[in-house]
Amino acid sequence: MTSPCATSSGKSPDRTVFPHIRTIGTDGLLVSFADALSEPANRAALAFRAAIEAADLPGLLETSASLVSAYLRFDISVSDHGAVSSALETLLRRQNWLAAPLPGGRRRWSIPTVYGTELAPQLEEAAAVAGLTPEEAIASISNARVRVQTIGFAPGMPYLGELPPEWAIPRQTQLTGRVPVGGLCVAIRQLVLFPVDTPTGWRHIGQTAFSLFRPDDAAPFALRPGDEARFVPVTAEALANMRSVPDGGATFEVLR
Amino acid sequence: MTPALIVHRAGPGVTVQDLGRPGYLAYGLSRGGAADRLALAEGAALLCQDCSFAALEMAGLGGEFEATADMRIALTGAPMTASIDGVRIAWNASHLLSAGQRLSIGAAERGIYGYLHLDGGVAVAERLGARSAHLAAGLGAAVHVGMRLPAGADTQPSAAGMTLDADPRFEGGTVRVVPSLQTDFFEPSEIARFEADVFCRDSRGNRMGVRLLPGGDGYRNEAGLSVISEVIVPGDIQITGDGTPFVLLSECQTIGGYPRIGSVLPADLPRVAQAPAGAQLQFRFVTLEEAVNVERQEQTRRQSLRQSLRPLIRDPHRMGDLLSYQLISGATAGDDLERPAP
Repeated sequence: MTSPCATSSGKSPDRTVFPHIRTIGTDGLLVSFADALSEPANRAALAFRAAIEAADLPGLLETSASLVSAYLRFDISVSDHGAVSSALETLLRRQNWLAAPLPGGRRRWSIPTVYGTELAPQLEEAAAVAGLTPEEAIASISNARVRVQTIGFAPGMPYLGELPPEWAIPRQTQLTGRVPVGGLCVAIRQLVLFPVDTPTGWRHIGQTAFSLFRPDDAAPFALRPGDEARFVPVTAEALANMRSVPDGGATFEVLR
Repeated sequence: MTPALIVHRAGPGVTVQDLGRPGYLAYGLSRGGAADRLALAEGAALLCQDCSFAALEMAGLGGEFEATADMRIALTGAPMTASIDGVRIAWNASHLLSAGQRLSIGAAERGIYGYLHLDGGVAVAERLGARSAHLAAGLGAAVHVGMRLPAGADTQPSAAGMTLDADPRFEGGTVRVVPSLQTDFFEPSEIARFEADVFCRDSRGNRMGVRLLPGGDGYRNEAGLSVISEVIVPGDIQITGDGTPFVLLSECQTIGGYPRIGSVLPADLPRVAQAPAGAQLQFRFVTLEEAVNVERQEQTRRQSLRQSLRPLIRDPHRMGDLLSYQLISGATAGDDLERPAP
């Protein structure tokens, strides 16, 4: 058994010290900035991933950013863990990544959303768990200006946050059988918006007509990490009319 | 008109697969691609073509196909019963399928995923830079009756009637793993138990991953369900809420919150993907250094598979399984080896 935390120096990093580099699989490295979600760690992960992309590392195959980490996969026939780790350590020393700004070209989205009704049947339940009336819950969520912290799990699927503290509600232990495409769900001070029909442990509180993944478009993924979003309340009738317009009625402005 | 394969019958799990589409991980789209990537390399070697070409992946059951023009085909992966116009043909081999002939592929005899390769690859249109269906992402669809699958240009015509010894991987066995993100959340005693355990491949499994039933208790760890969601790679072994391991395959999600006890080496992942329900699997930890060496050697081996090709010779002394040879007539004219390359 070897340490899972082997780095270029062969030593295990202290898990409590951040940032740290860990191996993932046989050909990947993960640079983590925290072990719990925080705004600075999320910004650091996004910025550090962009820095890896710009660094022109030999053998680099693919990168991504999770909530608090940047990941890269490289071609082991071109490079090795030691060389890539050293390059990452050099990049880490370059600046205080926790103070990095958000990505450029971010957008602020307004996404029409039906809260509750038979379209999103778990609003009342989620509100009760959060200690709110349904009206308070709608006001709280729809006024929250949340940010895309990462895109993952399914294609184009955003994790958005951070919601006010009352939304620190757990996921359900039993899965909701099927949340339809465009379903807005809540748990652990985050929102997720589903690109495909899916079973989930998150509670279904809103429904949008927003298509997050359209593979044959020039821009296949609607949202980008760093984008802001507001889920604007509309009636079921209004949403039905928006199903035929681009982006299900969602609009954006570019943030400067 | 482009040579094509007409689908007259298809099992429920037949899809077009290649090496997948890297580059979209940051947008939540996993690479996907063939469940058994070694089978793609074997098929490419048999047809002396590029291993990036797409093939038909057949989960458990094949189908019936008709060629619109003479073309070479190759069969790799899980051995399935196969015949051309009723005459049994060998698996792990290339054959000539003449225009109008019917290729019939039945159920897997061992393993799960069989592959049908065509001259020039299955040339359906690329989407997001690859031809692979990624059903979990809603990309592409299963192959169905009536489809016409175009074959790409035969770039390097060569003889059919060649065979290759397949790397055995269709009945479970021992797979090597490297430590992963949360390996040290598990007590050393749990790791030791994990390495000693004999797991049974559950009937629940697909291209996203396979569930494994432990021989004894499930696996506990200190982190429980509180670890933050993190990047997932194919091969990762998640320990789900009830302590059951779940090995992620090519079409897995891109991030996940279950702790991972280890990650299967890419070289050994076909053995997991191809293990049929009920097959026994064991895990053995290796160092990262050893894993990298294994992977480098495997890459080299896959690139040189062509050197291991040999003709499907009809020498009775070398025919272990007479039924799998074309003893009377069939897919080739029989003079392929004498003919100069066109």
